[in-house]
Amino acid sequence: MSVTTPIGGEEQRFSIGMLWTDTRYRSTTIQIIALFLVMIAVGFFLQNIYLNLQALGKDFRFDFLFDPASYDINQRLIEYDSQSPHWKAAVVGILNTLLVAFLGCITATIIGVLAGVLRLSKNWVVAKLMTVYIEGVRNVPVLLQILLLYSVFIEVLPKPKKAEPMLDGMLVATNRGFYIPSMVLESGAGVVLGVFALSLIGIVFFRRHARKVQEQTGKVLPVALVSLGLFVLPALLAFFAMGQPIGLENPELKGFNFKGGVHMRNSLVALWLALSIYTGAFIAEVVRAGIQAISKGQSEAAFALGLRPGRTMRLVILPQALRIIIPPTISNFLNLTKNSSLAIAVGYMDATGTLGGITLNQTGREMECILLLMAFYLITSLTISGVMNKYNDMVKLKER
Amino acid sequence: MVKKILPVALGAALGVAGIAGAQAGTLDDVKARGELHCAVSTGLAGFSYTDADGEYQGFDVDYCRALAAAVLGDGSKVKFTPTTGKTRFTALASGEVDVLSRNTTWTFSRDADLKFTFAGVAYYDGQGFMVPKALGVESALQLDGATVCIQTGTTTELNLADFFRANNMSYEPVPIETNTEARQNYLAEACDVYTTDASGLAASRATFENPDDHIVLPEIISKEPLGPLVRHGDEQWSDIARWVLNALVIAEEKGITAANADDMAANSKDPEVLRLLGTSGELGAMIGLDKDYALKAIKAGGNYGEIFERNLGENTKIGLARGLNAQWTQGGLLYAQPYR
Amino acid sequence: MAEQKNAIAFVAREEKPQLPAPASTTGAVGWIRENLFSSIPNMVLTLLSIYLVYVSLPGIIDWVFLKSVWTANSLDECRQISREGACWAVVNERFGQFMYGFYPQELRWRPTLAFVLMLVAYAPLLFDKLPGRKALLLLTLTFPLAAYALLWGGILGIEAVPSNKFGGFLLTLVIGVTGISFSLPLGILLALGRSSDLPFIKVLCVTFIEFIRGVPLITLLFVASTLLNYFLPPSWSFDLILRVIIMVTLFASAYMAEVIRGGLAALPKGQYEAADALGLGYWQSMYLIILPQALKISIPGIVNTFIGLFKDTTLVSVIGLFDPLGIVQPILADSRWNGLVVELYVFVAAFFFIFCFAMSRYSMYLERKLSTGHDR
Repeated sequence: MSVTTPIGGEEQRFSIGMLWTDTRYRSTTIQIIALFLVMIAVGFFLQNIYLNLQALGKDFRFDFLFDPASYDINQRLIEYDSQSPHWKAAVVGILNTLLVAFLGCITATIIGVLAGVLRLSKNWVVAKLMTVYIEGVRNVPVLLQILLLYSVFIEVLPKPKKAEPMLDGMLVATNRGFYIPSMVLESGAGVVLGVFALSLIGIVFFRRHARKVQEQTGKVLPVALVSLGLFVLPALLAFFAMGQPIGLENPELKGFNFKGGVHMRNSLVALWLALSIYTGAFIAEVVRAGIQAISKGQSEAAFALGLRPGRTMRLVILPQALRIIIPPTISNFLNLTKNSSLAIAVGYMDATGTLGGITLNQTGREMECILLLMAFYLITSLTISGVMNKYNDMVKLKER
Repeated sequence: MVKKILPVALGAALGVAGIAGAQAGTLDDVKARGELHCAVSTGLAGFSYTDADGEYQGFDVDYCRALAAAVLGDGSKVKFTPTTGKTRFTALASGEVDVLSRNTTWTFSRDADLKFTFAGVAYYDGQGFMVPKALGVESALQLDGATVCIQTGTTTELNLADFFRANNMSYEPVPIETNTEARQNYLAEACDVYTTDASGLAASRATFENPDDHIVLPEIISKEPLGPLVRHGDEQWSDIARWVLNALVIAEEKGITAANADDMAANSKDPEVLRLLGTSGELGAMIGLDKDYALKAIKAGGNYGEIFERNLGENTKIGLARGLNAQWTQGGLLYAQPYR
Repeated sequence: MAEQKNAIAFVAREEKPQLPAPASTTGAVGWIRENLFSSIPNMVLTLLSIYLVYVSLPGIIDWVFLKSVWTANSLDECRQISREGACWAVVNERFGQFMYGFYPQELRWRPTLAFVLMLVAYAPLLFDKLPGRKALLLLTLTFPLAAYALLWGGILGIEAVPSNKFGGFLLTLVIGVTGISFSLPLGILLALGRSSDLPFIKVLCVTFIEFIRGVPLITLLFVASTLLNYFLPPSWSFDLILRVIIMVTLFASAYMAEVIRGGLAALPKGQYEAADALGLGYWQSMYLIILPQALKISIPGIVNTFIGLFKDTTLVSVIGLFDPLGIVQPILADSRWNGLVVELYVFVAAFFFIFCFAMSRYSMYLERKLSTGHDR
């Protein structure tokens, strides 16, 4: 390192060559060169953008966002009609993205954990079935799976006029989507919901109490039974006491389509299911790797202590495996969120469909729209990974 | 350091930008390239589709060939870029293509805000609705609550929103990217109604297995003047695009066909025909082309009427009548500016 | 007391012969009992799975093989022959388009030859025990040029084919293989930059990697199809496939960088210090000491990124390129095949499955080969 540093009295004269040969200066030199290169590149791009926009007579501004969008969106979580401004259309799209990402993450986790654990099962048939599922799904592009599911829905499911309501009229599957009952709240419903919320809080407190008792006295309270009781009974009592104020509204065929109930469009269901199945296969592999990474000695030690297999899994293996499982699962959630942009292939109106699709098209503001769209995805990704990293730090093994 | 240098670099960049402004004309680009880049639809029977050999065919395609013939002297020197309703404008704006000939509606905002120039109207159309006969619907006003398939990125979705709003009806839009997918959804009855330009409906219906099971409703809810368009700001190129189209229309009016064009150029008595075909005068040079550019354009695929009959006319599977697209002398709207 | 005395009277002189394990725990029966019916939940699970297979498998086999139709001229004809089977006739008829897109019929031997050359050229990279590996490696170096000449032509007197004729699996392979080949070196550079001591370089690399990883590929493809021309002078316009390849390469390189960074981080610090102690410069120590080890550790991750990239090439159909998924559109536009989608998608899925599954098996083979016995 210090070969070139002068030793002793005489100051070595500074020469230009030392900027490169002397390690004291070299890193600064490299960085300044890099900085200049980057600036030249940025300047070049900016100049081109300016020139090209000028040549086309276009400008770069965002006030188009406040003009009426004048198109309709079929699935909207907030109030929106064709006279609403473009920014509101973008918000509708963003909420739709978040909705499908949220639903997808939940189901993907459930599918993934089940498939991952079952793949390790000693049961040969089940393990092989899971292997077929995981390998089959992981090696086929997700866009293809979304399209395939969507076209199966369209071609195979009956049209509304011929659709038979199932489960006592609660579920209708048509080639335009699935209809499920919606909840109708009448007066007094608030009380029932309040009671239900209170009993949830009660469950949390009871669990805390039970753990304290176990730690102090070693006595095990029947947590599961009491929790279940608290969960069901008070709310049920209140429900009947208030005269059944919460009802279900079943979908009914009126005119062209089913009315009433909740309409889950094919595009949403296909996207949601395909993303869950695809990401679930990846999560299953993560779960399997996590469980296999726990040394066999851990489970043997737990058996030696007399724990039953279920408890061994819950108390010994899973808490340790989770530390390995969580980081890659987060990145799978992120992938799912990003993959939800493939919604555009089945006409699900997510952020890519509204902001990056119709709005872009009708206004011709490709630069602005794509910039906003990227910013949205970037913020979402960074937020999710930020939150999850915090959680990851919390469960991380505290090392010396 | 960074803070100081960046604004300077930016300033310099923008300064340079201010000085260099003009760019070479599209005509010179095309001539230098020896090939016309033309954006068409990914697939709409009659207007633009690929045949079994992968060759592009159709009404929109023939206009591109005529333009290429006028500019380059050879109607086959065209590179076709298939575009969806979504990608078409960016393809043109970014300079990827020289002309967009993809049944595009001429509207105020596309002209003014998107910075395009329409060369004229090649086809007068209007938005209609198609429904299965079995549905028993006879008027678009009975469509309250219906599920409607629309192509995104077109004027049709805006018209549709306006129409249902104006008539105080509700509907469920099913947004779809291409005509093919729309047809797929419609035939599977994933939507009750398919709406697009009436010509597009007719073209789609023609390809159905049982065309008679479907009807086009009488209401036409919009004006859709369709035409080729070019980028704003290159007047010479937009003049070329306009006058090639006009030449095809005038040719029909004057009875010039692909077969008799050479003969007419030599023997016609009509001064306008002679001017158009370049026998007298140097009008072509005014837009930077050879004087016989119109002759080449007409010989490439025939006049407007021939192109129409070959691709859309009553003898084709699509079977559209001339209707609004007849010459003004026959009660239509085709009325080319005089050639002098 | 007396009884105890009697009990000791007998002492076995030789070992007793071992009895065979009870019949219920060995052989097929034992295996079945142990693996399938060890407990009641297990039994339920087994029966459920067997039922599932029993219900679905015959139907699937019928649909794919037994009752399917391989030659017909239209969907109607297919359905007349068999209602329950798949109509593979469309795949049969359009097989050429699925493979080559709109590549001129009489020139299709060129991509085929390029594909064979690719197999030969990449074989020495993939398998190190191949005979004549040194000679083949020379071929590998010349392969990119040869492939370019064969596919696009226009040089050496070979007839030129414009890239808008490219399609089908040819396009998938062109985008995938080019992306894979360029993203690896780029990813290595980015990973080195990210773990470098130079703050500016580090910030630059981190920004790039996190930006690319934070947005979906589809938005980058939108940039390729709509915005890239704004960033470049008008005279530079290059065609869409090239722009897509650039974007896909950048995208994959960011993911590659993260995989390789993991490999770099997993190396013990002693390796870096040893390289410094030998007096090696930065590039020398990276090239000779660090990268060979780090890359070895990250090989499974690298192959997984390749698989991901390969699958992601299907997204180009969204911006109007005719990859296998995109080519389904013009086929459906043909009125003879209208209404037939599932078969087409299943065919494309099967193709991708074969390629990606082979790649993942290869990565497992590498993992086994490279695990040099350090595992406990």
